[in-house]
Amino acid sequence: MRRAGTLVIGALVGLLALWLLWVLRDVLVPTPRLAELALQELPNTGVSNPVTGVLLAYRAYDTLLELAVLLAALLGIWSLGAASPGFQPAGTVLRGMVKLVVPLLILTGGYLLWVGGHAPGGAFQAGALLGAAGVVLRLAGDARAGLPPVPVQRRLAVAGAATFVLVGLATMAFGTGFLSYPPAWAKWLILTIETAATLAIGVTLAAAYVGGQPVPRSGEDGPL
Amino acid sequence: MMTSLLYGGAGVILFALGLWAFLVYEPLLRKLIALNIMGSGVFHLLIAIAERGALAPDPVPHAMVLTGIVVAVSATALALAMGRRLEDDDDAR
Amino acid sequence: MLDSLALAVSVPLIGALLVTAVPGRVQGLGLLAALATLATVGLVTAEVWQQGSLRSDLGGWGAPLGISLAADGLSAALLAMAALVALAVSVYASGYFSRGETETHFWPLWLLLWAALNGLLLAADLFNLYVTLELLGLTAAALGALTGTRAAVEASLRYLLVGLLGSLAYLLGVALLYTAYGTLDMALLGAAVRPEPIAGSALVLMTAGLALKAALFPMHFWLPPAHANAPAPVSAALSALVVKAAFYLMLRLWLDVFAPLVTPWAAGLMGLLGALAVFWGSWRALRAERLKLMAAYSTVAQIGYLCLFLPVLTALPAGDAREDLLVALLLMALTHGFAKAGLFLAAGLVQRSAGHDRIDDLGGTAQHMPATTFSIGLAGIALIGLPPSGSFVGKWILMRSVIESGQWWWIPVILVGTLLAAAYVFRVLSRAFNLEPTPRRFVTQARTEVPALLLALTSAAVLGLAARPLWRLLGFEGGL
Repeated sequence: MRRAGTLVIGALVGLLALWLLWVLRDVLVPTPRLAELALQELPNTGVSNPVTGVLLAYRAYDTLLELAVLLAALLGIWSLGAASPGFQPAGTVLRGMVKLVVPLLILTGGYLLWVGGHAPGGAFQAGALLGAAGVVLRLAGDARAGLPPVPVQRRLAVAGAATFVLVGLATMAFGTGFLSYPPAWAKWLILTIETAATLAIGVTLAAAYVGGQPVPRSGEDGPL
Repeated sequence: MMTSLLYGGAGVILFALGLWAFLVYEPLLRKLIALNIMGSGVFHLLIAIAERGALAPDPVPHAMVLTGIVVAVSATALALAMGRRLEDDDDAR
Repeated sequence: MLDSLALAVSVPLIGALLVTAVPGRVQGLGLLAALATLATVGLVTAEVWQQGSLRSDLGGWGAPLGISLAADGLSAALLAMAALVALAVSVYASGYFSRGETETHFWPLWLLLWAALNGLLLAADLFNLYVTLELLGLTAAALGALTGTRAAVEASLRYLLVGLLGSLAYLLGVALLYTAYGTLDMALLGAAVRPEPIAGSALVLMTAGLALKAALFPMHFWLPPAHANAPAPVSAALSALVVKAAFYLMLRLWLDVFAPLVTPWAAGLMGLLGALAVFWGSWRALRAERLKLMAAYSTVAQIGYLCLFLPVLTALPAGDAREDLLVALLLMALTHGFAKAGLFLAAGLVQRSAGHDRIDDLGGTAQHMPATTFSIGLAGIALIGLPPSGSFVGKWILMRSVIESGQWWWIPVILVGTLLAAAYVFRVLSRAFNLEPTPRRFVTQARTEVPALLLALTSAAVLGLAARPLWRLLGFEGGL
């Protein structure tokens, strides 16, 4: 009975795939797209990497909401209870490697953040590396994944979205409209937003990996 | 042309495989992996769209994929945390 | 330059960020943010009232390249309803959650959910809608799990997974549309879409994804456990607002973006699913053992009613009759929003006072709380569709239009649904009105009982009697 259900679902899903392939067979030719317009307007965005231009200029509002999604996930995880204790402290070899890898990850993150303006890179890639540094630290036995105390974590986690929305409101107050950067400032505003976003993403990912709010009411450090 | 059809077609097939696995398998981890595979399928398709013909790649779908990845990571993290919470409950019992 | 549309999204967002960063003062800051959000929504509604529709190009890039926000009568009315319900929920929550952990977790997620809701109702870009849908889904699932019981976490996890599946189907549809037409803006797409296979596939995928999120029969299975196990203020928001947001988006797609593609058969199928939802949801509501479960199944039925409008709307030519029907649809959605929120808030109070919400054992319990029982009764009037309520007017116009468009077969659905609704509402009330001494005090905890009462009162008395401005808000001439 179960097997029959699996087969029926498989057949239906297969039909869906075949239909979509048939639909797509002849539209994957150069058809209308936004690339030309996006590349043509790129000099007005303040960055020269087109993807960063889309993420932080044309479709900056999407990116703002996406930071909110990330925050929502972390808040949800925190609401589910305390974190699990974490792993045993690492042995000598792993500790030595972590000492090497973590600064390297942070350095590379900083580089990717800066390079995002004109070449592939940007806040998300940089934030992901920072998050990875946190994951490595926790795997090596640091229960708090190298994160600062909870109140600071909270502030850092909202820093990205907060900077973003405050820039938006400031541009609105100065009369150019929500998230319309004045051309002379565009580059630096984008860099400011990206820096705050990198920190927020890094902290959020690491804190999400820790999973659960480390609320050591009594003790001073995270549960070990 | 052929490449983008190949890449986009692979995306559609990944989506269908993920959908099938999501509907058929019960365990949370398999369902989550299935959802992520479906997501990868859509991202494949978007990247195939960006790369049509000999023109410069379209940055808009690229940005959509980046946004989509972050959203998928967030959702997966929350789902895993809920799943772990349920497992902890089982252990406590 | 005051951009009310951007403010309506960013004010609750700032509120959420503030209460996350300063967890010590969540309640005061949260209530302040709720009031500020209501003010921005009031601004949007007032501007729509005066100008008919609003549009704002974020970043100044304009339609195909940048993202725009847009509001018209439909979105403004739903926005205003959402803001009033959300304010009531906020005040209620400030009394419902005892100070402590849960409250710290509730406020930031709640304000994020509100920001997502406003963002969804104001969005004019299909990919931006995907992000708002995900924000809505994540916050809703996290809030639903706040009670921390195993049943709640399980139901919320299922809700989250189902929501993700729906979002991915929607996203695939968006990808297909971008492939074919090279734009994501809804207005531009509406002008470009032609009846061809790729657009049809996108419509099917997006509708399926949204129907899953709107809990349209037979994809409603996740709703009752998720809504019944969440904390009462969250249940109210999920049932009254979140489900409706998905339906709103579906309606937008069918009426605006994909209008040339919609065939009578497709609309008829949606109507059929709606009819089945009315029967099944009402029947299960009648058989439900718990008050909150009854309210949740009633939501399944109410979404069914909203879908019944689709085939009739498609069949009617543009004109007065169609405009009336659109107002009726809006009126049903608004009434249900207020009524269901009021019902869930009241049910939460009953549950808290009795320690359970089993309908059969409610005798006396509810009567100790006259204001709360009264709220349940008023919300019940609106759910049934008895005269002064907005849903009475809505169903009346729907029946009229059904006859005008010659689709008489929907009439028995409406009638049977109404009878079943009367049965499940009176089943609760008959338990609540057992013979017990009448208490002296009408209201025991104003902070929680008054919001529920006001919401229920709005649904049962205000909307039906004062429906006329809705025509004006939607830019129509007519009226009752």
